[in-house]
Amino acid sequence: MIGLGILDAIAIWAAVGLITSSQYGLLAVLVIGCGLLNGLVLSRRAYPIRYLAPSLIFLFGLVIYPICYTAYVSLTNLQTGNLLSKDRVIQLFEDRYYLPEDTTRFAYSAYLDEADAVILVLEDAVSGDRLMAEAGQIAPFDAEDPRITVDPADQSIEIAGYRRVEGLEIYQIVSRLETLVFPYADRFVRLSTVREFAVYEKQYAYDEATDTMTDLATGIGYAPIDGTFTSADGEELEPGFQVWVGLRHFASLFRNARIRRDFGRVFLWTVIWSVGSVLCSFSLGLGLALLLNDKKLRMRMLYRTLLIVPYVMPVFISALVWRGMFNENFGIINRLFKDWFGFAVEWLDNPMLARGTLIFINVWLSFPYMMLISLGALQSIPEQLYEAARVDGAGMFRRFWKVTLPLLMISLAPLLIGSFAFAFNNFTLIWLVTSGRPAVLGAATPAGATDILISWTYRIAFQGGAGNQYGFASAIAIVIFVLIATISAIGFRFTKRLEEVYK
Amino acid sequence: MIRRLRTDTVYRIRHILGRCVRHLLLWIAIAFALFPVLWIASASINPTSSLATQRFIPEQVTLDHYRTLFTDPNYPFVTWLLNTLKVSGITAVGAVILCTLAGYSFSRFHFRGRRVGVLAMLLVQMFPQMLAMVAIFLLLRSIGDWVPAFGLNTHLGLIMVYLAGAVGFNTWLIKGYFDTIPRSLEESAMIDGATPFQAFVRIMLPLVRPILAVILIIQFMASYAEFILASVLLRGTDTYTLSVGLRFFTEQAMSRRWGPFAAGAIVGGFVILLLFLPFQRLIVSGLTGGAVKE
Repeated sequence: MIGLGILDAIAIWAAVGLITSSQYGLLAVLVIGCGLLNGLVLSRRAYPIRYLAPSLIFLFGLVIYPICYTAYVSLTNLQTGNLLSKDRVIQLFEDRYYLPEDTTRFAYSAYLDEADAVILVLEDAVSGDRLMAEAGQIAPFDAEDPRITVDPADQSIEIAGYRRVEGLEIYQIVSRLETLVFPYADRFVRLSTVREFAVYEKQYAYDEATDTMTDLATGIGYAPIDGTFTSADGEELEPGFQVWVGLRHFASLFRNARIRRDFGRVFLWTVIWSVGSVLCSFSLGLGLALLLNDKKLRMRMLYRTLLIVPYVMPVFISALVWRGMFNENFGIINRLFKDWFGFAVEWLDNPMLARGTLIFINVWLSFPYMMLISLGALQSIPEQLYEAARVDGAGMFRRFWKVTLPLLMISLAPLLIGSFAFAFNNFTLIWLVTSGRPAVLGAATPAGATDILISWTYRIAFQGGAGNQYGFASAIAIVIFVLIATISAIGFRFTKRLEEVYK
Repeated sequence: MIRRLRTDTVYRIRHILGRCVRHLLLWIAIAFALFPVLWIASASINPTSSLATQRFIPEQVTLDHYRTLFTDPNYPFVTWLLNTLKVSGITAVGAVILCTLAGYSFSRFHFRGRRVGVLAMLLVQMFPQMLAMVAIFLLLRSIGDWVPAFGLNTHLGLIMVYLAGAVGFNTWLIKGYFDTIPRSLEESAMIDGATPFQAFVRIMLPLVRPILAVILIIQFMASYAEFILASVLLRGTDTYTLSVGLRFFTEQAMSRRWGPFAAGAIVGGFVILLLFLPFQRLIVSGLTGGAVKE
């Protein structure tokens, strides 16, 4: 109950923040969330959900909502240069000013009071006329103002309650002065250099009826095309804004010839990589499990413990260690190669070799897991089955192929599919060993020879030469998800069939 | 008679030979498994800090690299390690609490949407959370605008993200464990006057301790090793976790920083090894859960 009170208090505080920053979507989520939460704790019928609610909140907030949000972003052009909403961009342009040729420049002095309110005294650089700017208004300088005393000797001005900002101190308030805009006739007075204010004109006006942005200096109209205000002859105004682009990202993934080539290559390698890793590490792991699966074997536990070590080491450590060991010039592996065979191998710089090396490293990382699950499954196969097979005259290999493997597959297939899905998205290993390199010449997107889909996505979102293409990256993430879901679904159906066959 | 003796000996020799081959193969596999670990351990106590001149058996043993590692102001390794311990520790404890509550609810209470809920949990955890990295990044960035403590580059934000990712699978795991415990235990406690919550805390929790330990440790190890989300969300060297930090450390001039890196790898790996070895059986049973049909 007390917890609920505190939570509500926090929620209200957050809600105020949301209202002031006008994030109404999030506000709605918050209100509904809190409403549900209160109902939960106060209602009897919702008792079971009380246990569930904390998990659900996390699940909805940071798993399900992001999934939906990913889908949403994949349909927009969200990327560097198109990050803001249209309203913000319009406002941004409407806040832009330019210096007309017939501008007037003012030297100024600034005065601050105790509360840091600022008064500016502006002096026309040509005519010497004075103006006074205060609280967003400009008025002619009034020497009769009771607060003001003008020193008759050097014409310097004192304002009662204010002190003049002297010398270099101006630099401390210059960022504040930059934000000041005073309407002046039908123009605006703003800071132009550190020492000067000047008369500006607004540069852009947005017309809601025709949805165009007009450059007031040149008279050119800009109409929004694909989230950028563009003039008739193709000139674009930066920044652009976020718009809905529908399925365009997906279409370009499959239709745009150059992107499709990148996508195809990355996808093919991703599949080879995950299938290759799983098959190789499973073979090795199963082999070792068969060796270990003998109760009379001495030092069995010691062997098992030592063999698990690669699996226990955090991947980010082993990946970096392997990268060092495969280093072309200094790594131990090439040093040995030079000693034994007299040549060095470009382990990580040749596209094909880099791929092979990566699979090799992944086998090292994951064979212990395969060994452990195989051991468990082996031990659950009843001994009688082997005896029956032996009586029927089956040799060792036949027994393995006809009894062990099919039975293992029933219980291991789901785990192997899981491993496949994990390898499919094993960003850490790829990224820490090769970062997707070596680069591929002529690629339309940042896709290296060893990039798998997820690292390709990461690059497009966070590292691309073309800025952060969040929309496109999200589209690829959705495609990956669909692929994995399909593969898993087929896999599970397949294992179900397996089970039926062998039951 | 002679013939029988001979087959006996042949059989025995073959048996012993088989044994030897078996041990030999296992030792080869162990050499393969341990070589990188031993190599990096040796690098961390080698006097040279260069990748090119490291020897397997160091000429002399030195702890210089550890000293460099712990004192280098540009690469605050200690901060990274503490950050990682903090993030993974809180995530692990949080995940255990959340998943125990949720798993208990799914296992014991009957309410509308229970079946759908269990199924949804399973489905959701099929979607790897990192696929939504862009969305999570954008989400945390906008959260950070009004609650900076949960925004980008904060540990709280990262912990929340990890927790959310941990909920699906572990809830499911723990629900299965609760299912194996007979209902009559709580029922009798409640007849003796315990509230449902008391029955849960006093009776059930002690019984499921093993699975809680498994989840605690597995979750700790998972967050400890997590890289992609941390590298998307953390943006300053002082907030880095170990995985992002070590990557940052080796990004340039890895071959010259090999020694200190090796020391870092050993320290980082040691933490996990220390946690893993005492609970080996428990963790293995958790990790390979579902492999063995009862």
